[in-house]
Amino acid sequence: MTSLAYTVTDSTILLRRNLRRLRRYPSLTLMLVGMPIVFLLLFVYVFGGQLSHGLSGGLSGGHVGRAGYLNYLTPGILLVTVAAAVQGTAIVVAMDMTGGIIDRFRTMSIGRGAVLGGHVLASMIQTLLSIAIVLAVAIALGFRPTGNVLHWLAAIGLIALFAFALIWLAAALGLAAKSVETASNTPMFLTMLPFLASSFVPVATMPIVLRQFAEYQPFTPVTETLRGLLTGTHIGGNAIGAVAWSVGLAAVSYLWAMRLYEQRQPS
Amino acid sequence: MSATSQSAITVTGLHKSYGATPVLDGVDFTVATGTVFALLGPNGAGKTTIVRILSTLIPADAGEVLVTGHDVRTAPDGVRSAIGVTGQFSAVDDLLTGRENMALMAALHHLGRAAGEARVNELLERFDLTDAAERPVSTYSGGMRRRLDLAMTLVGSPQVIFLDEPTTGLDPRSRRTMWDSIRDLVASGVTIFLTTQYLDEADELADRIAVLDRGRIVAEGTADELKRRIPGGHVQLEFPTAEALDAATAVLEGAAGDEGRLVLRVPNDGSVAALRNLLARLDDADVDVERLSMHTPDLDDVFFAVTGHQTTEEVLER
Repeated sequence: MTSLAYTVTDSTILLRRNLRRLRRYPSLTLMLVGMPIVFLLLFVYVFGGQLSHGLSGGLSGGHVGRAGYLNYLTPGILLVTVAAAVQGTAIVVAMDMTGGIIDRFRTMSIGRGAVLGGHVLASMIQTLLSIAIVLAVAIALGFRPTGNVLHWLAAIGLIALFAFALIWLAAALGLAAKSVETASNTPMFLTMLPFLASSFVPVATMPIVLRQFAEYQPFTPVTETLRGLLTGTHIGGNAIGAVAWSVGLAAVSYLWAMRLYEQRQPS
Repeated sequence: MSATSQSAITVTGLHKSYGATPVLDGVDFTVATGTVFALLGPNGAGKTTIVRILSTLIPADAGEVLVTGHDVRTAPDGVRSAIGVTGQFSAVDDLLTGRENMALMAALHHLGRAAGEARVNELLERFDLTDAAERPVSTYSGGMRRRLDLAMTLVGSPQVIFLDEPTTGLDPRSRRTMWDSIRDLVASGVTIFLTTQYLDEADELADRIAVLDRGRIVAEGTADELKRRIPGGHVQLEFPTAEALDAATAVLEGAAGDEGRLVLRVPNDGSVAALRNLLARLDDADVDVERLSMHTPDLDDVFFAVTGHQTTEEVLER
């Protein structure tokens, strides 16, 4: 086999191991998927009635009031789900790196990158499952997407691409952390970024400094693109911004993570 | 060196520092294929650092290391496919069962389904883990974890096995079991590189022993050769007063005293004649001895004999 074939085979073997670990440690997944659901309920039922009054410009599909706000909010919450799920990536990577088993993997002839590859693939599956759960809750609450099959495929592709980028970033943060506790805290800023984007309210309603930050950070173009695909709002140049941010973030994070993995010495 | 072709491990001029602290200061040794080599030394002597360099985990600052003919620096994958490592800290997956841990190793060695399953079953049986195979490793005892750890190392049938303090922290019975397992391995023809703090362990298992002190090898040879350098153990005398200690020190040659604890170590081979002679000298000088105890050679004695200081000083310094 070539070295690439070894990496693919070994990544798959380690993916199965990581999925098995996730099943044995369900509280982690529950905690990570619980957070966006709580946000969804909180924003729709506590703030939604009031927020929807100021949002008529941003609402779509003829929905008004709380139902309209649910339609506005859901794409944003799906990306909050991604940001929350990748905290799990940082935690499981750090658990491996601070435990004894990584020394065993490193002294075995395993395909280059397979250890991280196995974690990234497992996190992709975990994240997409979380997305499916949160989306099901949103639909149960009354979220009514308008996209056709192509829109849905594009939306799933975008979520997967953005998740891939944030997962590599979280993997790098997990590698950089000296302990599991640190690793569970450092990616927390990712779950704060949607508040400073168009996830919960349109950026046009923010003061100028905040608005500029919101316009130039990745969550806004990705949220706007996803919202457009699912609910038919205007996408415009956001699609290019969303893809560019995701690809760039994935590339930089991948290189950073691989470098940290190669350089990391046993403590 | 002409021995390179039969050598499993050749280490020349190994140096490693952490910051300004030298950990390894010019280490050389050779391990012949199919033998057990024990690296003996106290905590902080640099044993684990050597294992980590030889098993490709960390780079050396200087020196050459060949494992089964592969250079750890330029051909780490060649080294990795020939070795198995069982470290001081258990390298098992706590969330998986014993069998799942073993199956993971079989898969990563690309053994194939049938061959992998057969190997896993054989090793679980050999290490007495069959009954516990379906339980998560988090429920295992210390001895069981070590056995699983070693069994996982053996899945890939390595030619050279590194065992870093394999019995540290184990109860006496588990220690015996581990020794038996290591002896079985030797019989199967693999090369074993063992580190230990215990002279009896090196004595039990190793063909050759190297004594590591402050990052240098200070003595090397068979267990018998090393023991010949130790003056056959010692007698420890305890005194009620400092005056008695001084009086005894004056009449006994080669004695090493400890003023604080009022004890004296006197080299003694433990024979009745030597003991009688010692007691006669103490009687003649009219020294009051509170307690006398005999000590067979241990790591302290080896260290005392080859370095002139004791292991405890070393531990306190670091």
